[in-house]
Amino acid sequence: MKPIDYGELDNMVFGRPDVMEDRPSHFCAGCGHGIVQRLIAEVIDELNLQERAICVASIGCTVTAYHYFKVDGLESAHGRAPAVATAIKRCRPDLIPFTLQGDGDLASIGTAEIVHACARGEKLTVIFVNNATYGMTGGQLAPTTLLGMYSTSTIKGRNHHQSGFPIRVCEMLATLDGPSYIARVSLHNPANVRKAKKAIDLAFRAQLSGLGLALVEVLSPCPVNWKIDPVKALDWMVENMIPQYPLGEFKVTPEIALLKKGERA
Amino acid sequence: MSRKILMGGNIAIAEGAILAGCGAYFGYPITPQNDLLEHMSHRMPEEGRVFLQTESELAAINMVYGAVAVGFRAMTSTSSPGFSLQQEGISYMAGSEMPGVIVNVMRAGPGLGNIGGAQGDYFQSTKGGGHGDYSVINLAPASVQEMMDLTMLSFELADKYRNPVVVLADGFLGQVMEPVVMREPVTKFHEKKWALTGAKDRPKNVINSFEMNPANHPGRIKQLLHKFEKIKANEVRYEALNLDDAEIVLVAYGSAARSAMSAMDMARERKLRVGLLRPVTVFPFPYQPLADLAEKGCKFVVAEMSGGQMIEDVRIAVGSDNEIKLVNSYGGVPLTADDIFEAIDILM
Repeated sequence: MKPIDYGELDNMVFGRPDVMEDRPSHFCAGCGHGIVQRLIAEVIDELNLQERAICVASIGCTVTAYHYFKVDGLESAHGRAPAVATAIKRCRPDLIPFTLQGDGDLASIGTAEIVHACARGEKLTVIFVNNATYGMTGGQLAPTTLLGMYSTSTIKGRNHHQSGFPIRVCEMLATLDGPSYIARVSLHNPANVRKAKKAIDLAFRAQLSGLGLALVEVLSPCPVNWKIDPVKALDWMVENMIPQYPLGEFKVTPEIALLKKGERA
Repeated sequence: MSRKILMGGNIAIAEGAILAGCGAYFGYPITPQNDLLEHMSHRMPEEGRVFLQTESELAAINMVYGAVAVGFRAMTSTSSPGFSLQQEGISYMAGSEMPGVIVNVMRAGPGLGNIGGAQGDYFQSTKGGGHGDYSVINLAPASVQEMMDLTMLSFELADKYRNPVVVLADGFLGQVMEPVVMREPVTKFHEKKWALTGAKDRPKNVINSFEMNPANHPGRIKQLLHKFEKIKANEVRYEALNLDDAEIVLVAYGSAARSAMSAMDMARERKLRVGLLRPVTVFPFPYQPLADLAEKGCKFVVAEMSGGQMIEDVRIAVGSDNEIKLVNSYGGVPLTADDIFEAIDILM
C-alpha cells in the first residue's frame, strides 16, 4: 500500500497521531479496536510519552498492538499482561507501561493477574476492550457475553444454567482498595468516543502521578462475530450492552478527582 | 581472603543470585523452597533490588519475563507443581529469546506428590517442558557450594544465549547445610540493546514470539535451533571421578550423585573399579563422554530419584551393546549409597 504523503495535502485538518505507525490495520470492518488504539496514540502524543511508554500487548485481537505504536513493546501470554507490566514498572518506575487487553484475556484467563495487580495498587494503566465475544478465535462465549446472546459455542444463546452470568469487571474491581481510577466508556457514537479519550487520558495521567492502577473498560463493537452490520452494531450496543454494562466511573480516589480538575495530585 | 560460611542450599541459591546481579526476584510459596523466597524478601530490598511475592507461579514467571525484557537480571524459584505452571512462561521466554533464571527445587510428583526431594521433573526440564521447539539450559548442583556457583553461572549463560536457564535442584539439596566459599559479586554484564528501555534516540524495540505469517516463522525457529546446537557444542559440563580404570560407571546428578559418590568410595575400598560421571548440565547432556566410556566396554549404573528418566539419555549415549542398570528411588524418598552399592555388587 502506497503511504499517503500528508505534506502534499492543503488544509489538512486530520491526520495520524505522531506515535501511530503507518501500516494497514488488521482489524475487521466496523471493529472498535482501531479507535481505541488511535485514542491511546493521541494521549501518548499529548502527554509526550513516546520515549517512556511501553506497550504490553496481550492475546486476542490486541495481539499485535505493539505493531501500531512507535513505542517499545512486547507480547504477553494470555491474561498475563498485568503481571508483565507489574515487573516492568517495579524494575523501571520511570517507564510508563500500559496493557491493552480484551475481555477473554482480562476477564477470563487473566482474572487472577488483574485482580492482584489491582489489589497491590500497581502503578499501571490498563485499557480493557470489552466486545462481549472472543473475536480472534471466531466468536465463542466470552465471560462478558450477554445472557441470551448468540456465540459459536452457545448457538441457542447464553443460558446461565449452562454458562453462568456475564462479569461486570469494573464493578468487581472497584471493590478493591488498590486502584485509583476505574471507568467504563463506550464507542457507540462520537460524543462517547471523546469521553473514552478523556478516560484514557486520565488513566495515563494517574500513572504519571504515581497513583494506583487505573483501568478503563471500553465497550466496543464486533460486528463480524455479532453477525450484525457495523452501523446496526452501534445501536445494538446501546440497546443491549450498556444496560448490562452501565457507563460511568466506579472508582475515583480524591487524588484522581484533583487530576480531573486539572490540578496536580 | 575468601569467606567460608555455613549455609543452607536454598539460601546459597539466593545469595548466588544476588552476587550475580539479579535485580528482581518473583516467587510464590511452595515447599521445599520457601526459605529461598523468605530470604529474598529481606535481602533483595536490602540491596535496593526488586522483590515481589506473587499471586501464583504463573504470575511469577511472567514477571520474570517483564523484568528481563527491560534489561534486568531476574529470577523465580519454585518446586515441581509450580514448575509445571511456569512452563507457559518459559516457552514464551524461549520463543522471544528472553534470558531468565528459574530455580526448581524438585519434590515428588506426579500431581501433589509430597514435599520430599525427588528428580521426577527431568523429562519436563530437559526436553522442553512447554509447547513448541525449544530447549532450556539445565544446571544441576550437587552441593551447597554448587547451589551458589551454578546459580551465578545460570545468569551468565542466560544472558550469553538469551535463553531461559533452569537450576535443577531437589528438596534434599535445598535443606542441606554446608560450608560455602563466598564468591565475588559479578561486575561485568552483557550489553542488552534489545531491552525495552523506552524508544529514545533509537527505533522502537519489540519483544515477541508471535509471527502471523507461517511463511516467516521457520526462519526464527531455525535460528533458535541453531542456538541450541551451539549450546550443545559449547556448554556441556560434567564431573569425572575415577573413570580412568573404571569397569562400572555410575551416572548420577544432584542429590543422587552424592549417594553415588559414597557408593563409589565403598566400592573402591573393596578394590572394585567403579567411577562416577556426574552431569552438571543435564541439558546439554554429556553424551560424548559416556559414549567414549561405552566404547571402552564399561558397564553403567544410572542412579536417580525418579522412575527412570535420565537413563534414557544414558541409553542414547551408550547404545544397546553395554549393560545399563537403573537404581532409583521415588516418591520423596532419598536414594541411599547402600542401594547404589548393591546395584554395583550385582553387576560385578
